[in-house]
Amino acid sequence: MCAMIEVENLTKWYGNTLAVDRATFSVEEGRIVGFLGPNGAGKSTALRILTGFLPATSGQARVNGRDVLMESLAVRSSIGYMPENVPLYPEMRVEEYLAFRAGLKDVASPKRRAAVDRVLERCSLKEVRRRLIGQLSKGFRQRVGLAEALVADPPVLILDEPTIGLDPTQIEATSKLIRSLGGKHTVLLSSHLLPQVEKACSHVVIIADGQIKAADSLDELKKGLAHGQQVVMELRTGDTGDGPAEVARALGQAAGAADASTDEAGGGWLRAVVTLAADADPREGLCALVAQRGWQLREIHRLAPTIEELYARIVAGEAVTAGKEAA
Amino acid sequence: MGKVLLLTRREISAYFVSPIAYVAMALFLVVAGIFFALADFRPGAPAGMRSIFDIMMFILIFIIPIVTMRSLSEEQRSGTIETLLTAPVTDIQVVVAKFLGSWIFYLAMLAPTLIYVVLLAAFGNPEYGPVASGYLGLVLLGALYVSIGLLASSVTENQVIAAVTAFVILIVLAMLGPWIATVVPSRWWIIGVRAIIQQATVRTHYQDFSQGVVDLVHVIYFVALTAYALFLTVKVLESRRWR
Repeated sequence: MCAMIEVENLTKWYGNTLAVDRATFSVEEGRIVGFLGPNGAGKSTALRILTGFLPATSGQARVNGRDVLMESLAVRSSIGYMPENVPLYPEMRVEEYLAFRAGLKDVASPKRRAAVDRVLERCSLKEVRRRLIGQLSKGFRQRVGLAEALVADPPVLILDEPTIGLDPTQIEATSKLIRSLGGKHTVLLSSHLLPQVEKACSHVVIIADGQIKAADSLDELKKGLAHGQQVVMELRTGDTGDGPAEVARALGQAAGAADASTDEAGGGWLRAVVTLAADADPREGLCALVAQRGWQLREIHRLAPTIEELYARIVAGEAVTAGKEAA
Repeated sequence: MGKVLLLTRREISAYFVSPIAYVAMALFLVVAGIFFALADFRPGAPAGMRSIFDIMMFILIFIIPIVTMRSLSEEQRSGTIETLLTAPVTDIQVVVAKFLGSWIFYLAMLAPTLIYVVLLAAFGNPEYGPVASGYLGLVLLGALYVSIGLLASSVTENQVIAAVTAFVILIVLAMLGPWIATVVPSRWWIIGVRAIIQQATVRTHYQDFSQGVVDLVHVIYFVALTAYALFLTVKVLESRRWR
């Protein structure tokens, strides 16, 4: 029961369009969870329901034990929210805006100055504290948005695409900042940037077509999709006279291998891809086989499922063995 | 209460850095000034502001929608309504703050017209009673116009639509009575309807103020209608929660 964010059978209809379809997932306290999905999957809608900006058509959502519909004000006090496209008031100065938002979020007047200074420092905004928001570059705007979400030190942070449109250095800096928030804060962030999500988040929730396709720790999900792992080898048959077909056949029959295919790699080398059976690691056996047959080997490595692959497969509809458990 | 003050302060600051607000203010003062010179400040005319108070009622139908058009529509267009409504503030606090911000700006816009009183005093002997009550009428009138401008601004993302909608509502509200009286022919059942419409018209209730009469009925009219418009605005914001 004690998850920080709990979503149960959440459904949202926009007229005749089903945006969120019986979504169920939860986020434990102190975790940083990535919310992944294609465009139009329902990510922003789900986040907006959690923050009280939109009502759900049916289902329940709770943040910090409070229902988002029944105790909306209490829920809003516990959440620092950064909407997509970071809307800001262009006519205000950065520190002015942050002080204003701090006040709205019940940061007592004497503490406001300190709170603003704290987030300016944390989000590297000190140099632009007196600048008009309308004159800021995109990178700074995003940082102001993040600072605003942090200013009242809320227990829960909901960030909708916090690194969209940033350059690689800025993305790295923002990811680092988000990583540092774990433990003390509970973070639910939606993103398209899979490598960053992998670095910052321990758990992911994947949504597509309004439905939750997976909600688990990254490690568990990768294990669940371990079948279909592959080993790639580059070898040459040299004088043994074995053709590509023979190589494929022999490799495919090695212990732990389910199938193999070969390709020309130029200069007489062949690139063999061996599909593995279950959770096996037949690399040692394959090397021994190559030595036994007198072939020359110049590369062997295992392709672990990357997060991109994981994501693509799950979104394409591949069932997840780990199931829809708490993330 | 603290949050309403915080929000109101922000609104007022936003007005004073907005070019449109200054343009509207300048336009109002120029036009009012011209009419004051033509109507009340003529040699031989009684030293009073009766005509200009009446004329201002019309000028403001054009000016106040321009002042309030940005209020909620810009927030909806730019998306800042999302950060506003996901903060721990109630819809009522938001509407009250928006109203106060616009109304206080209106009062600031009205303040320079006090120079007319100074001019009258310098060249004549005005009766200060009607002048004071006339300004009270303007203050109440402004509150009503602002609340309608705010309501119009809450239902759209487009500032121009907000301004035009407010303008149309105000024109009907302000002019229906006199128009009905002059245009529609007199039948026995029309007289009843006409009386009702005249009571609903702004002009009926505003006129007495400039003549030195502060009738409670008129004050209630303005306060009640303003409150109603604000109530509707709160409902529009609230509707987001069940749409």
